[in-house]
Amino acid sequence: MTLLDNAEDHTLTLPAATVDARGGTPATLVADGVSAWFGDHQVLDDVNLTMPAGRVTALIGPSGCGKSTFLRILNRMHELVPGASLAGEVRLDGHDIYDPARRPIESRRRIGMVFQKANPFPTMSIHDNVLAGLSLTGRRLRGHAVDELVERSLRSASLWDEVRTRLDAPGASLSGGQQQRLCIARALAVRPDVLLMDEPCSALDPTSTRRVEETIRAIADEVTVVIVTHNMQQAHRVSDRCAFFLAAEGQPGHIVEQGDTDDIFERPEDQRTSDYVNGHFG
Amino acid sequence: MSTLTTPSSDRATSTLEPEHDRSAVRREVKRVRIGGADPELLTHVVSAAAGALGLVWLVYERLVPMTGALGFWLCWYVAFLVLLAAVSATTLDRVGVTDRLVGTLVTTAGLVLVSCLAGIVLFTVVRGWSALSHVNFYTQTTAYIGPEAPLRQGGVFAAMVGTLEQVAISVVLSVPLGIATAVYLSEVRGRLARAVRTVVEAMSAVPTIVAGLFIYSMLILKLGQERSGLAASLALSVSMIPVVTMTAAVVLRLVPGGLREASLALGTTQWQTVRRVVLPTARPGLVTAVLLGVARVIGETSPVLLVAGSTNELNWDPTHNPQMSLPLFVFTYMRMPIDNAISRAFGAAVVLLVVVVVLFALARILGGRPPGHVSRRKLRRLARHRQARARRLESETVR
Amino acid sequence: MTSPQITGATGAAAAVQARAARRTLHTRPTTQDIGFVAVARSAAISTLVIMGLIGVFLLIGAWPALKSQGLHFLTRTDWLPETGSFGIASLLWGTILVGLFALCVAVPLGFGAALFISEYAPRSLKSSLVTLVDLMAAVPSIVYAMWALFFLQGHMLEIAQWLSVHFGTVLPFLRVHTPDSPSSYTSSAFIAGVAVGVVVLPTVTSIMREVFAQAPIGEREGAIALGATRWGMIRAVVIPFGRAGIVGGIMLGLGRALGETIVVYAIISPSFDMTTHPLQSGTNTIAAHIATRYSESNGVSMAGLLGAGLVLFLFTLIINTLAGVVVSRSRSGAATEI
Repeated sequence: MTLLDNAEDHTLTLPAATVDARGGTPATLVADGVSAWFGDHQVLDDVNLTMPAGRVTALIGPSGCGKSTFLRILNRMHELVPGASLAGEVRLDGHDIYDPARRPIESRRRIGMVFQKANPFPTMSIHDNVLAGLSLTGRRLRGHAVDELVERSLRSASLWDEVRTRLDAPGASLSGGQQQRLCIARALAVRPDVLLMDEPCSALDPTSTRRVEETIRAIADEVTVVIVTHNMQQAHRVSDRCAFFLAAEGQPGHIVEQGDTDDIFERPEDQRTSDYVNGHFG
Repeated sequence: MSTLTTPSSDRATSTLEPEHDRSAVRREVKRVRIGGADPELLTHVVSAAAGALGLVWLVYERLVPMTGALGFWLCWYVAFLVLLAAVSATTLDRVGVTDRLVGTLVTTAGLVLVSCLAGIVLFTVVRGWSALSHVNFYTQTTAYIGPEAPLRQGGVFAAMVGTLEQVAISVVLSVPLGIATAVYLSEVRGRLARAVRTVVEAMSAVPTIVAGLFIYSMLILKLGQERSGLAASLALSVSMIPVVTMTAAVVLRLVPGGLREASLALGTTQWQTVRRVVLPTARPGLVTAVLLGVARVIGETSPVLLVAGSTNELNWDPTHNPQMSLPLFVFTYMRMPIDNAISRAFGAAVVLLVVVVVLFALARILGGRPPGHVSRRKLRRLARHRQARARRLESETVR
Repeated sequence: MTSPQITGATGAAAAVQARAARRTLHTRPTTQDIGFVAVARSAAISTLVIMGLIGVFLLIGAWPALKSQGLHFLTRTDWLPETGSFGIASLLWGTILVGLFALCVAVPLGFGAALFISEYAPRSLKSSLVTLVDLMAAVPSIVYAMWALFFLQGHMLEIAQWLSVHFGTVLPFLRVHTPDSPSSYTSSAFIAGVAVGVVVLPTVTSIMREVFAQAPIGEREGAIALGATRWGMIRAVVIPFGRAGIVGGIMLGLGRALGETIVVYAIISPSFDMTTHPLQSGTNTIAAHIATRYSESNGVSMAGLLGAGLVLFLFTLIINTLAGVVVSRSRSGAATEI
C-alpha cells in the first residue's frame, strides 16, 4: 500500500501555469524528510507525507507523538517557539515554503489554520471576524463583494443560517461549536489552498462535532484539508487518507503507516497500527 | 543530529517526482533550519540610514530652517523613516511596509527609554565624581564649613545618618502594619476588605508633598511638636504603608490555596496556618515588599523638606531637633550657584542612586528565591548534624 | 446529626422533607483565631483611619483660608495672603498644563516602549528591560530634578526657541514675549512638563507592558495563522485587549505627574498669571508652590497652602480611583496590579 500504487487516482502535480495560483484551488502539500527539534530535544524524525489536493488527510496517533508539531511546521508556526528548528522540506505545489526567499506570511496566507480552542476576535463582530483575514493582510473589497464573501464563507462553514440576522453581534457571543465554525469561515474567507485543523472538535459537544465534521466534508473540494485528531472514529468518518504517528518512549515521533483511510482501518499492515485503531492503546 | 535513519517499519512514501528512488530520499546531510531573521531587513535599514545621512548632510542649514546638532539628527531620523518606507516598498506590500515602519518607531521608543536611564545615571555620576572621589565625603559633615569650601572638606555623613534613622523608624512603623493589613486582605477577608483595598490603593497615589503637609498640619501645627526626624519618618510611613501592603497582598495571594487546605485539614487554627505555612512560604516575596517600600521612600524629598527641618549638624536623635537627610542635602545644595556645592549635591545624588540600586538588587535576589530555599550555611549545618547523628548511631550499634 | 432512618413508603415523604431541610452550620473560632482576626482587622482599620486623618487634618488646617476666601479660593489667581486675597486658580491651571505636557511626552514614548518590550524585544533581553523600567521608576525624583535642571533645560531651550520662532505665527500659544533671547524660554511650563514626562515615563510603560503581555496566545496565533504581520497582529489582538490598561496607564501617569513636586520646583520660576504661553518662562503648580512657600507661611497663608494641598489630594484621589476602576473592570486588568 504505497502512494505510488494510487498515483493514478490523484492529480499529484498541477499544470505549471497555475504554479502561483490565486487562492481557492486546492493544492498538494508534500512533507519531505521533515524532522523537528525543540532546542536539543528531537520531537519528529524523518516524516514523509503527501497530502493530496482536494482530499482530507487525517493525522492520527496517541497524544504526544508530534502530530500537532508537524501540523505547525506546515504553516510555519513552529518557528515561533524560541529554540525551535527543523530539517527537510515542505512543498506547496512543488515550491518549498521554507525557502529563504519566501516570507512566512506569504505561506500562511495560502495555508490556513483552525485551532483546538476556537479563537474568534472578541472585540470584532461576526461580520468583521470573517473578514479579519483580509483586513489583516491589507486586502480590501468594496461594497457588494464584501457581503458576498461573508455569506459565501459562512455558508461553507455551515453557519450562515444561524447568524444571518445578527452579523453585528460580537464574535464571542456564539456558542463553542458556532465559534469554531466562525473560525473556519474566517480561515476560508482568504481562499487558502490548504486548511490545517488542529483537533478542532476536541473541545466541542457531540452535536457541534457533527456539524463541524459535515463542514469538513463539504469544504474538501475548495481546500485540501489536513486534520489532526485524537478521535479515531472521527478520522474514519471524515478523512480520505490517514497517517498514523507514533513515538516510542523517549523517541521522536514518526509515521508508522499511511494510506487510504479504509485500508488503514480495515486492513492495517503494521501490528501497532492494528492495535491503535482497535483501541488496544491510545 | 542523526544523518542516516535506519528504516523502521513505516511505509515508503513517494515524492511528487517519481524519478526519485528510495535511497535518494534518505539524504546524507540534513539541513537544520531556524526560522526567523530577515536578511533583507538589514540591507534595507543600512541603505536607508546611509542615504538619509547623505541627504540631510547636503541640505541641512541650507534648506531646512534649523540649526545645531539636535536638529540635524532629528532631520536625519525623519529622512531615514521616509527612505526606509520607500526602499521597503520595492519588495513589500502596503501591510509589510507599515509593519516595518511601526517596528522602527517602536524600537526607537525602546532605545530612547534605555538611553534616558543610562544618560541620567551617567550624567549624575560624572558630575558628582569630583566630590565622590574624596574620602571625607563619606565621613564628614558639612557643619561649620561654608558652601564654598573646597571638596576635600565636608561630606554627607550627617545626611546618611539622618536618612538611615528616618527610614529605619519608618520601616518599624510601616512593615508590621502593612503586612498585618495584607494578611487581613488575603487571609481574613472580612467585610471591610473591599473598602480597605480601595483605601490602600488610594493612599498609594497620595503625592508625597501632601503626606508631608498632613504630618505638618497634624504634628507640628496642631500638636505643637517641633520639626524632627521622627516627623519625617511618619510622613514617609504614609507613603510606605500602601506599597508594602499591596505588594505583600499580591505575594500572599500567590501562595497556593492547596497549602492552606492541607494545613487546615490537619486540624490547625487559622492563625497557625498563617504563621507556620502561609507566611514562611511567602517570605521571599514579603522581603521584596519591604525592600521595595524602602526603595520608594528613601529618596523622597518633599516630606522631609516640610517636616524634618534643615541643619548641617550631625543629629543622632531623631526625636528632637531638625535632622538632615540625603534628599534634603541634594535639594539644599543644588540650588546654590556655587560649583562646589553643586558637585556635593551630585555626589549625594549618586549615593542615593547606589542605595536604591542595591535595595533593588537585593529585592530581586532575595525575592527570587523559591520557598524552602536553604542557604549554603544552613546546608552545612544540617550536614554536620546528620554526620553527628550517624556517628552516634554507629557507636550504639557497635555496642 | 444522624439522618433519619427511612423505613418503608410511609417514611418516604418525611424523609424527603428531612433531606430537603438545609442545616445552618455553626463555627466557634478558637481563642487564638479570635485574637488573630482582631489584630488583623485593627491593622486594616488603622489604614482606613490614617487615610481619614489625612483628609480631616488637611480640612481642619485649611479651614481658616477657605472660610476667608470662600469660593474665590478656586477662582482668584494671585497669592497675596497679606492683603487677604489669594486663590489657586493659576496654580491649578499650571498644574494641569504641566501634566498635559508630561503626558505628551510620556504616553507616546511609553506606549512605544511597552510594545517594544512586550512584542519586539529579543526574548533574552525582555526580563532585563523590565527590570530596567522598574529601576527607572524607583530612581528618586530629586535625581531627575538635577538632570532636568543641569542637562535637559539647556537642550530644551533650543527646541522651544525653534518651535516659537517657526510656529509662533500660526499657533499663538507658542508665542513668547521676546523670542530672540534664549532666557525667555527657561523655567517654562514646557520644560517642566517634559521633565515630569520623563519621570512619569516608567510608570506608564510598565503598566501598559504588563497589560500587553497578557493578551491571550490563542487570539495571537489566530491572527498570525491568517498571515498577519506583527503589527497587524498587535493591532487586531494586543491593543484591543489592552485598551483599558492603556487608559489606566495614562490616568495613573497623569496622577503621578500632577503630584510631582521637586522636578517642577527645580525648573520653574514661579509666576501667578494663568499663562497661555507655555513656552515662556513663568508658571506654577500646586505642589511646587507649597514647597516654595511653606517656610515663610503661617496663620492664614499656611491655611491657604493646606487648602491647596487639599485640592491636590482630592484631584489625584479622583484620577487614581477612576484609573483603578477602568483597569480592573476590563479583561486585561482583572489580573493586573497597579
